Amino acid sequence: MDLSAINPVLLIAALIAASTPILLAGIGELVVERAGVLNLGVEGMMITGAICGFIAAHATGSASVGFLGAAVGGAGLALIFAVLSQYLLTNQVPTGLGLTLFGLGLSSLLGQDYAGIKAPTVSKIDVPLLSDIPVLGPILFNQDPIVYLGIGMTVAVWWFLYRSRRGLILRAVGENHEAAHALGYKVRLIRVGAIVFGGACAGLGGSYLSLVRVPIWTDGITAGYGWIALAIVVFAGWRPYRLMLGAYLFGGVTVLQLNLQAANVPIPAEYLSMSPYVATILVLVLMSSGRAPGSLGRAFHAST
Amino acid sequence: MTSTLLELDGLTKTYPGVVANDDVSFAIRKGEVHALLGENGAGKSTLVKSIYGLVKPDRGTMTLDGKPYEPAEPRQARAAGIAMVFQHFSLFDALNVAENIALGMENPPALRDLAKRIRDVSEQYGLPLDPSRVVGDLSAGERQRVEIIRCLLQDPKLLIMDEPTSVLTPQEVHILFETLRLLRSEGTSILYISHKLEEIRSLCEHATILRLGKVVGTCDPRATSARDMAEMMVGATLHVPEKADAAAGEVVLSIKSLSAPAPHQFGTALRDISIDVRAGEVLGIGGVAGNGQDELVAALSGEMRTRTGTISLNGTPIGRMGPNERRAAGLSAAPEERNGHAAAPDMSLTENALMTGAVPMGLVERGFLRWAKARSFAEDIIKTFDVRTPGPQNAGRSLSGGNLQKFVIGREILQRPKVLVVNQPTWGVDAAAAASIRQAILDLAADGAAVVVISQDLDELMEISDRFSALNEGRLSAPRPARGLTVEQIGLLLGGAHDMEVAHVEA
Repeated sequence: MDLSAINPVLLIAALIAASTPILLAGIGELVVERAGVLNLGVEGMMITGAICGFIAAHATGSASVGFLGAAVGGAGLALIFAVLSQYLLTNQVPTGLGLTLFGLGLSSLLGQDYAGIKAPTVSKIDVPLLSDIPVLGPILFNQDPIVYLGIGMTVAVWWFLYRSRRGLILRAVGENHEAAHALGYKVRLIRVGAIVFGGACAGLGGSYLSLVRVPIWTDGITAGYGWIALAIVVFAGWRPYRLMLGAYLFGGVTVLQLNLQAANVPIPAEYLSMSPYVATILVLVLMSSGRAPGSLGRAFHAST
Repeated sequence: MTSTLLELDGLTKTYPGVVANDDVSFAIRKGEVHALLGENGAGKSTLVKSIYGLVKPDRGTMTLDGKPYEPAEPRQARAAGIAMVFQHFSLFDALNVAENIALGMENPPALRDLAKRIRDVSEQYGLPLDPSRVVGDLSAGERQRVEIIRCLLQDPKLLIMDEPTSVLTPQEVHILFETLRLLRSEGTSILYISHKLEEIRSLCEHATILRLGKVVGTCDPRATSARDMAEMMVGATLHVPEKADAAAGEVVLSIKSLSAPAPHQFGTALRDISIDVRAGEVLGIGGVAGNGQDELVAALSGEMRTRTGTISLNGTPIGRMGPNERRAAGLSAAPEERNGHAAAPDMSLTENALMTGAVPMGLVERGFLRWAKARSFAEDIIKTFDVRTPGPQNAGRSLSGGNLQKFVIGREILQRPKVLVVNQPTWGVDAAAAASIRQAILDLAADGAAVVVISQDLDELMEISDRFSALNEGRLSAPRPARGLTVEQIGLLLGGAHDMEVAHVEA
């Protein structure tokens, strides 16, 4: 056992990066659920985003185009869900599960010719001077742009939900869609918008895995991250900052346990591997969460 | 006619198979309270939704202030000065009062300024309200105030109120009417929908009566008797339930010191309830919703078990028995919520009849269902209680609220229970159906059953009860003979006006 090999600064810098895909997918799903829609297809949208982003980046050689492609891919898959659940009024649970299965299959098909190929590198933003600050520098000022995007998105979503009128309307739609309709708000349109946003975020989160974390395409690259994001949304009580905490906690324990495994800590690897899940659920449950949006998962049909 | 605010001319709206509004024309003048009367399904809701822009009429025109008025959506209606207080409150539980009000406004000011305006308006009209409270925690009367203030903040020319008093105590109704009269004196027109005719007589100057989508008459409610208006609504002579005078018999249902904790977070604890109900009598229990009605019904029906000895039926303790055992012993209950509690909306009427009638009516034999017998039991209910439906194979959901209620009550009454407990037997049921349900309850009592009727409709309780008792915060007042009780006395028994301006009440 050699714990001295673990560098706390690098660990924290790594945990922020490790949390980013979950944070992005989670913040998207949070908006979707706040609008009253339960989309269980996060995993499928993530992995579709991962492959779309990979293909776009590989074709153009530009990671930025890749991230854009990922968002479009995730949003496209989400649009299928939106049409099915909002216009054809399918039950959201099986539709979302179907979306996940479809996304996994689709990504595998699209990715056949890309297995094992390396993605174009994503350069980190190295803020001059600031990144040289000991401890804080590497943590805060030497990350890639998507990490900052994830943090920015969390703040933006918080501001949107609690400080803007559109956010208030979105929460109202999720809380009681009949009342929102009676007041003249376009429930379906608002929900479709939220679902597409959620898909784009999930796609972006997925591409962070295929372009930055792993940067090689492999089948099933998301490995359940979408499910974790879904769970964290619920345990965070549908609140953006708790979601960020949950994502960092999960990412943090994941990185830590990998470091501990590498340091040969005499705990069976199985226990270490399960620790991120247990720790995240435990902490968020203990913090006791909020109330689910009143219309979550219920189909809306304007009967007039 | 410069004094006309809104004129409707030949409004027609057809849904597949139903003409909801058929050539409806009438006019609302400035500064008048105009009543819109009609039974369920007469087309009142469709009509006001047309005015509020939620429904687009197929034909006909509306003129507002001399200009053509065709709202494509509620937003335009609000911009034109029309505001609406909904029957089922259109509020968002998880949001606070100010946020709820902001959602109903076109260009709401910043929340802080809005909070101040809410305080101002609520003081001006005697409707106290704290803008920062979460709506989910408010009482029904307070929730209604949120809706009214939301409307008032937009300085409406026309305020539409759909069944506003069904959830209020008499004192709260009194205060609401003061507010409405103040609005009228300021020149606001009010379109008032209700089926409580006495209220309309005291408040409105004009009434338009709808039946089956058509205007069948207009009248001055102040000069027309409630009975005449009811008959115009129904289109037939109204049968008023008759109460046979009978001496009360033996004590059948006895409740002694019944206390129970609140079953869930928003529930009410029952506190030390003691009462005896005799054979042949109807005990009316009044009270504002949320004062323990649901819990009392649950304790009596067996959904909520209580300590042994607190409830006894003919001397046998039944506190630990479940609903089916109690049914077998002769105690039936019909809860308030039709869809999902008293009836399963997606199941057929035959299946719904089976659910409570299985044991008492012998519809189960050695564990097997006897479908033919169940079907004929359902048919019997449909025939006896005039349930309008094509047949017992139809799903509960396909029936209108009033018809399903007739079915649910009929199902219990035909089982000839010794004790019947009903909660809100005529909630949302039209006048003719309500009269027949009340008559059936009285007939059951005349046959020697003990009946407990829990209701928020005080007129109903006065009409059918022998004794009256009020439920307030989980406590039951000592019963009083119903005959001779005044509305004021009852109001005080119910706990008066919740958080209302006491000065108004005592004045």
